[in-house]
Amino acid sequence: MFDLTGKCALITGASGGIGGEIARSLHAAGATVGLSGTRTEPLEALAAELGERTFVLPCNLGDFAAVEALPKDAAKAMGAVDILVNNAGITRDNLFMRMSDDEWQSVIDVNLTSTFKLCKGVLRGMMKARWGRIVNISSVVGATGNPGQGNYAAAKAGMVGMSKSLAYEVASRGITVNAVAPGFITTAMTDKLSDDQKAAILTQVPAGRMGEPEEIAAAVLYLSSPEAAYVTGTTLHVNGGMAML
Amino acid sequence: MSDVADRVKKIVVEHLSVEESKVTDNASFIDDLGADSLDTVELVMAFEEEFGIEIPDDAAENIQTFGDAVKFISEAS
Repeated sequence: MFDLTGKCALITGASGGIGGEIARSLHAAGATVGLSGTRTEPLEALAAELGERTFVLPCNLGDFAAVEALPKDAAKAMGAVDILVNNAGITRDNLFMRMSDDEWQSVIDVNLTSTFKLCKGVLRGMMKARWGRIVNISSVVGATGNPGQGNYAAAKAGMVGMSKSLAYEVASRGITVNAVAPGFITTAMTDKLSDDQKAAILTQVPAGRMGEPEEIAAAVLYLSSPEAAYVTGTTLHVNGGMAML
Repeated sequence: MSDVADRVKKIVVEHLSVEESKVTDNASFIDDLGADSLDTVELVMAFEEEFGIEIPDDAAENIQTFGDAVKFISEAS
């Protein structure tokens, strides 16, 4: 089950906690992986850990020219992009009334617009191959909202609507487009929270604990697999029950 | 018939699974040859590869018939 031998996967944000784990999991299933991220060092370290079938493809997703070049570079390096995982994301939290245009725009650019551009960039190859998997990493806050994250929640909700629209368009070509919406996962992004904040969040999580990156990676592996061919346009919530959607 | 027209016709026949006799100059991909909008995108992709040209989106929107395609490609390549 879930054998990705011969498939090539491009993963953005592979230098982060969740992205790195997604890369490990797809690689372990037999896929060739293209590791993208802003910081080269952690990508190189991950590539060294994984060994063969691994390519490092640094890219700043705030730079649209670089974003447009990434699918082509990835296809050139790996031979194809059969699986795209849009995992990279940034936060610029602020109260809505204090949020600057720049805080708004940078989060929309990196989290939503780059996802649009990367999806568009890989579609040609997937259409020709009559096979493709796109998995967009959204967030529980895209569905529930979160104080201080008007920009982030907008981008993450936007990814879901975009995924569904694209899923309609390309379903007949063997391409699925889905989203995974993590809840609170132990990563650098949530390490920034204070213990009090974490304790408060956990009172809202029936499972009573934070999630692990591996638990997001498992969801991505499933949606990337041949077995998930009939699953498209859906959002798989992995959040310990904190929002049952 | 020109070489370009032959090659375009071959792509259309293969991609849309239509009879060659139906692919006339005025045949509309969508109205006469059963293409959906995504098929037209794929046809343009196939033309680009066959002829080694790039067809910009605004030009692609104007390619609605077999004749349009042959004319555009003849001028571009």
